[in-house]
Amino acid sequence: MAQATDITTGTTASWDGEGRVKVVGILCNWCSYAGADGAGTARLRQPFDFRIVRVPCTGRIDPLHILKAFEKGADGVLVSGCHPGDCHYAEGNYYARRKLELLERMLPQLGFEAERFKYTWVSASEAQRWQQVVTEFIKGVEKLGPREGRAL
Amino acid sequence: MRIGVFVCHCGTNIAATVDSEGIAARAGELKGVVHTEDIIYTCSEPGQHAIQRAIREKDLDRVVVAACSPHMHEVTFRRTVEGAGLNPYLFEMANIREHCSWIHADKPEGSEKAYDLIKMAVAKVRDLEPLYANEVEVNKDVLVIGGGVAGIQAALDLAEAGLKVTVVEKETTIGGTMAQLDKTFPTIDCSACILTPRMVDCSQHENIEIMAYSEIDRVQGYVGNFTVDIRKKASMVDWDKCIGCELCQQKCPAKAPDAFNEGIATTKAIYIPFPQAVPKRAAIQVDYCRWFQEGKCRVCERVCPADAIDYKQQDEYVQKEFGAIVVATGQDVFPWEEYYHEYGSGRIPDVISGLQYERMLNASGPTHGHVLRPSTMGQKDVEPEEPQTVVFIQCIGSRDESVGRPYCSNVCCMYTAKQAILTKDHVGMETEVYVFYIDIRAFGKGYEEFVKRAQTEFGVKYVRGRVSKLYEERGKVKVRGMDTLLGKQVEIDADLVVLASGITAADGASELAQRLNISYDQYGFFKESHPKLRPLETNTAGIFLAGACQAPKDIPTTVAQASGTAAKVLGLLAKDKLKTSPMIARVDQNRCVSCWKCIEVCPFGAPEKEELRDGSYKSHIIETVCQGCGICVATCPVNCIDLKGFGTQSVLDQIEEVLLT
Repeated sequence: MAQATDITTGTTASWDGEGRVKVVGILCNWCSYAGADGAGTARLRQPFDFRIVRVPCTGRIDPLHILKAFEKGADGVLVSGCHPGDCHYAEGNYYARRKLELLERMLPQLGFEAERFKYTWVSASEAQRWQQVVTEFIKGVEKLGPREGRAL
Repeated sequence: MRIGVFVCHCGTNIAATVDSEGIAARAGELKGVVHTEDIIYTCSEPGQHAIQRAIREKDLDRVVVAACSPHMHEVTFRRTVEGAGLNPYLFEMANIREHCSWIHADKPEGSEKAYDLIKMAVAKVRDLEPLYANEVEVNKDVLVIGGGVAGIQAALDLAEAGLKVTVVEKETTIGGTMAQLDKTFPTIDCSACILTPRMVDCSQHENIEIMAYSEIDRVQGYVGNFTVDIRKKASMVDWDKCIGCELCQQKCPAKAPDAFNEGIATTKAIYIPFPQAVPKRAAIQVDYCRWFQEGKCRVCERVCPADAIDYKQQDEYVQKEFGAIVVATGQDVFPWEEYYHEYGSGRIPDVISGLQYERMLNASGPTHGHVLRPSTMGQKDVEPEEPQTVVFIQCIGSRDESVGRPYCSNVCCMYTAKQAILTKDHVGMETEVYVFYIDIRAFGKGYEEFVKRAQTEFGVKYVRGRVSKLYEERGKVKVRGMDTLLGKQVEIDADLVVLASGITAADGASELAQRLNISYDQYGFFKESHPKLRPLETNTAGIFLAGACQAPKDIPTTVAQASGTAAKVLGLLAKDKLKTSPMIARVDQNRCVSCWKCIEVCPFGAPEKEELRDGSYKSHIIETVCQGCGICVATCPVNCIDLKGFGTQSVLDQIEEVLLT
C-alpha cells in the first residue's frame, strides 16, 4: 500500500485507507480540466479521493476506458467535458454524449449502482460548478462505499 | 528508459500542503525513474537550468515536472527540455498545484495525492514517443468581426502594416456603440469627431474591405487557414448603385422604430442610421415597409435617383479565406425593462436608459441636443418641457445578483458623471441633478478628477444608496430611496430619471462563439486564454479578442486592447509557415478495414482515402488538417487509429497505475 509520510507531523495518509473511495475523473482539456484549474486557483476545497486523467476531448473517450477503470478497482468514474454546443472541436462532446448515455444505462445492468458513474459538462469559467459537481459525485460514491472485491 | 522527475515547491504554493521533498525522493522508486529532484521554483531560470543540467548529466530521455497546471507552464517546460536536446514531446506535467495543493488543506493527504499524480505522469511519459511538428502555409488575410471602435482600430493597425483586412459588421454601418455616444469621458471630447474620421479611414483604406449588413455563417479550418462563409443580408437596395442621398428616407411614408436612437424616435422603413454612416447606404426594414406588408407603395423606387431599390434582393453567401480572426463584436445595453419592475418596467415615459439619454444629448439626435421630458414630446398642443430635476441611478444591471449580473459594467459611473455635467451644461446650472450610487468606480486616468469636477464645479449631488421605487405622481416621477450615509429615507420629485444601464453580452454572442469554437462565460462574454498572460488570445489558435465582447470595457481600454490584438495577429502572420501540433491522430493502415467511420465523424475533414500500391484504399490522416481531438480514435471499430501524445495505452496506463496501490 502506498503511503506518504509527512516529515513535519509524521502522520500518514493513503488513498487505500479506511473509509476511502477511489474515484477517477476523465476530463477534456479545454473546458472541464480548465474549470478544475480555475477551482484550484480560487482555492475551492474539494474531496481528496479523486484523480484526474486529461484527454483532449470527451469525444476521445472510449467507454472501455471507463470499464477498464472499474476493472482496475475504481469505485466511481466521473467524465466531464464542454457543454453541448461549446466543444472546442465543434462536435466531440456530441459523440461522447451518445456513447456515455448508453454506458450509463448499461452499467446498472452489469450490477453497478447508478451513482458510480456520471458524465457532465463544466466549462472553463465554471470553477464553482466544478467544485459542486465533484463534491456531490464523490459524496454519492462515499455513501455506497468501496466496491465489493473492487474488480469488475 | 531514463526518466527524470522534478517536483516543484512553488514557494509555499505547493509545499504548504504537499511534501515536495519527500515525494520527490519516493518517486525514485517508480519504474524507469533514474533521477529525482525537488526545486523551489521550477519555472525560474535556476529551476529550468537544473532540469537541463540533469538531462545532460544523467542522460535523461524523458522528463516529468510536477508543478502547476499544464495550461500554465507546459509550453515553458517543453522549451526547457528541448533546450537540453530532448524531444519536447517526451515530457509530461503532473498538476500538483491547481488540482492538489490549492484544493486540499491536509498535508499527508495532499502529499499522497500529489504522489499519485506523479505516478500517473510517469506512467504516461513512459508511453510517449518523440514527435516532430509539421509546417503549413499561412494565409495572411485577416477577418475582423464587428465594426465598432475595437474592430476599426484593429483593422486600421493591421491594414497599415500591410495586411488585407475584411471587416464584417452586422449593422448597415460601422461605428458600433461609440457612434451612438454624444461625448466621451473624462475629456468630454465629441465622440463622433473622434470616431467618424476613423470610420472614413477604414472605408478608404486600400487594404480594408468593409462588409456591412453581413454576418458570420460558418467557420471552418484552423489557424493560418480559416474558411469563412459570410452572409450578406438582403438590404433590398443595390449598394453598388445607392449614393446615400437619403431621398428615399425623406419620402418614405412608413414609420419604423429607430434602433440607432435607442427607440426614443422613429425612423422610416427605408433608412440610413445616421448622417456619417460608413458605408452610407440605405436598407429597408421589411417588417415596416408598406410594399412588403401591404403590397403597395414603391415610393422609394420612384424617388431613387440611382435606380438602386431592388425589392427582390436575396441574402447572398460569400466564402473567404483568412489566416487569423479578430472577434470585436462589442456589447449590448442591459435590457432593464425586463428586470426592474420597481422602476416601472419601461412604462413610465420619463424613466429612460443612459444610452437613450446619450442620444438626446447629441446634437444630431432626435431632439437636436435639447434635453426634454419624453412625456411632453411628440404631443399635440404640448410644448416639450426641459426637466428641472434630473435623477441618475447607478448600477442598473451591474453588481446586482438579483438580475443575474454580479459584475461591474466598468463604464456607468463615468458616463453618469459625464451626463450629469452635460445636463447642467445643456439645461442650465440651476438644474437639480442627483446621482444615486453604490460606490463610485473612477479607476482610469483622469477619472477620479472628473467625478470630483461633477461634484464640486457643477454641483451634482451624489447620494449614496439605492432607489427602491419609481412611480408617477402629479406629472412627476417620485424617486424613493435611501441615503445610507445620512441613514435617512429620501424622496425626490424628478422630471427625468436616467438609469445607468450596464453592459451585457451582445445578442447572439454565444451562437457566434459556437461557430468559432471559442469559449464564453456564463454571461456570454468571450473567454480569453489566460486573464494575465494571454488576455488577447482565445483558446482556439488564430482567433483573437478585442473590446467589450471579452468583458465590459471603456473606450481607452478597448482601443488599447484592439491595438494589442493587432500586434498579436501581426506576430502570428509575420511567419510564412506555421508549425502545427504533432499531437494528432495516426492510422495503422495494416489494420484499417476501410469502413470510413473516421471520415464520417471528423469535424475537420482530416482523414482521407489513400490509395495504396496494391490498389486498395486505406484511411490516412492529413497531418496539417488534424486538430488532435481524437474523435476518430474512439470511433474506429478496430482500434487502428491512435492519438499521439494522448495514446490509448497512456490513458489506460495512467488509470491502472493510480488504482494499483
